[in-house]
Amino acid sequence: MKIAVAHDTAAPLTRRRVVGLLAALALLAALVLASIAVGSRAVPLTAVVDALIHDTGEGDSYVVWSLRVPRTAVLLAVGIALGVAGMLIQALTRNPLADPGILGVNAGAALFVALGIAVFGLTSPGQYLWFSFAGALLVTVVVYVIGSAGRGGVDPIQLTLAGVTLGAILYAVVSAMMLLDPRAFEQMRNWNAGSVVSRGWEVLLPVLPFLAAGILLAMAVAGPLNAIALGDDLAKSLGANIGRTRVIVVVAVTLLAGGATAIAGPIGFVGLMVPHVARWIVGPDQRWILGATLLLAPALLLAADVVGRTVIRPGELPVGIVMAFVGAPILIVLVRRRKAAGL
Amino acid sequence: MTAEPTTAESAAEGSAAKGSAAKGSAAKGSTAARSTTVEFGHRAWVVRRSRLALRWQARTVIVCVALAVLTLAATTAALALGDYPLTLPEVWAALTGDPGAGFSSIVVLEWRLPRAVAAAVFGAGLGAAGAVFQSLTRNALASPDIIGISTGSYSGALIVIVLVQGTYLQLTAGALAGGAATAAIIYLLAWRGGVQGFRLIIVGIAVSAMLTSFNTWLMLTAKLEVALAASAWGAGSLGRIGWQEMLVGGGTVLVLLVVLAAFGRPMRQLELGDDAAHATGTRAEPVRLAVIAIAVALTAVVSSAAGPIAFIALAAPQIARRLCRTPGISVVPAALTGAVLLAGAELAALHLLPVALPVGVVTVVLGGGYLLWLIVHEVRRR
Repeated sequence: MKIAVAHDTAAPLTRRRVVGLLAALALLAALVLASIAVGSRAVPLTAVVDALIHDTGEGDSYVVWSLRVPRTAVLLAVGIALGVAGMLIQALTRNPLADPGILGVNAGAALFVALGIAVFGLTSPGQYLWFSFAGALLVTVVVYVIGSAGRGGVDPIQLTLAGVTLGAILYAVVSAMMLLDPRAFEQMRNWNAGSVVSRGWEVLLPVLPFLAAGILLAMAVAGPLNAIALGDDLAKSLGANIGRTRVIVVVAVTLLAGGATAIAGPIGFVGLMVPHVARWIVGPDQRWILGATLLLAPALLLAADVVGRTVIRPGELPVGIVMAFVGAPILIVLVRRRKAAGL
Repeated sequence: MTAEPTTAESAAEGSAAKGSAAKGSAAKGSTAARSTTVEFGHRAWVVRRSRLALRWQARTVIVCVALAVLTLAATTAALALGDYPLTLPEVWAALTGDPGAGFSSIVVLEWRLPRAVAAAVFGAGLGAAGAVFQSLTRNALASPDIIGISTGSYSGALIVIVLVQGTYLQLTAGALAGGAATAAIIYLLAWRGGVQGFRLIIVGIAVSAMLTSFNTWLMLTAKLEVALAASAWGAGSLGRIGWQEMLVGGGTVLVLLVVLAAFGRPMRQLELGDDAAHATGTRAEPVRLAVIAIAVALTAVVSSAAGPIAFIALAAPQIARRLCRTPGISVVPAALTGAVLLAGAELAALHLLPVALPVGVVTVVLGGGYLLWLIVHEVRRR
């Protein structure tokens, strides 16, 4: 009887997954076009297509190729990185409240950027890049060492607590530095908002290899993560290498979240929210969640940036600030409408 | 009063009528334990007086007493230390209203006492609120901070600071209104024929994310000096606590803590899951609603008086659990740990550091460092 029921639900689930992914793909494509078209100088859609095909180097074509396309590429990369990092960390810790910042990535980046501003007198986002990335990597290593101390390798609960705690301490140090140094405070409050203004190819390209490596690692561990979701003992008996999977996940999250934060500053919420939405659409299989996240996360970020560029034209709001106002209502509607699934 | 070491098994049979029978089975249980070395749980003390039966875990009681003594010591030190240092007899004379105390009476009663007592009481309130959320959700990341109550208080205060440039009293009112409004909004949005835990938290995270963005935006638009002042308040500070704030805020926190203590037993049943809680005679929904309301009120009151002091709600229950070596989260040790953390951090912020920093910053560094040490230490012991 139960087997029959399972057969009945299998076909609709597959259809639901395919339809869901196609809809997400269409949404993403529409938002990419919108992101290229919308701005302080509006470019009509026909002109967008025209400019994309013939690069004349002046007028609309110049705006599209020198400003909009790089910015859209940055948003795509950052969105994918943050979304996938969030999906990985929630699967690893089996905690629906986990977000990419939980391993101390954002706090480490913030600390090093603050040090760079206060001690080395940095002034522009391009200069923050490597400080931010180095801080993110270094702090994650420390969190990992504390979180995996003792026998038996990485313990998810220990890792989570270590990351949150070290993150809180570093943020306290940063806020102390900022309160004592008004100039650093002024620059940090801008960095803190999370923005892609004046981030172009020169910021994206150096980080891109790290992001690509992170995505490849994520694809490699999506299958084993399904086994880990069943609990350590069952995963072991199914032949999953738990220790190796966890190490790979931590490396991938660090590369993805660290890279994204280096590019755009701390952008919260997308890594927390998108995996939930993806899970509600495609079910609990991590490989499908990864696919849906790859499409939904950049879509959310693009939508937020387009809104941020339109609401107070000709000025604009940082994408990190708009994000919550675009994403949170969707999340609330979804969690109210459906019987929300845990992990 | 008969206080005797016994096992967890025998304490499960609570009624006084079965007292002697329970003792008998406990004796049998312990002989079995000797022969097969089965561990029945932690050492516990059981007190039975006619209809009343109480059971304490020995380690928890000792830890709680030690924490209470530490809190008292930190508070006393806060009364004695400062630019006008006092000896302990002088502090005592001032406290007891000795007419010979003179100027020290003003220093102790008017300047130092409200702040010192507020540190301990507010810390206890935050620790207890965190324990409630972590116990209900069985999630170490859950705390009132995460579902946006303190963020809402901060929003209310920021509106007063940045847009209205109001007085301290208006700031407190704004923070209180912000916290209460946030709680109401989250509750309404999460309500759908009852409030289910997971939905409440997801809605809380969503609302909290919007408020955080709103706060960041307010900070970006504000002038630098205003934003700096707002940021200092946002880190959490006891600097402006006087008698009035202490009596209103501290009194409310104490009342809420007493009410919360009455829910200790049903909360432990809820940790077993709703079905098991029902089976042991606990009505799950009303209890959950009541303790969430208390925890939210605790956070809102403390945030409105002292700013959104982060991290105590998250760290105190975890530190307490490791100190007591209990499997779950319990409210009383968490509250006492919170009290020690905030009172100790206040002392350190005022007297140890060369520069003036908000107490919230110091709390995070001290409490966080200690929690990290505990995490590593716990692993070594395993």
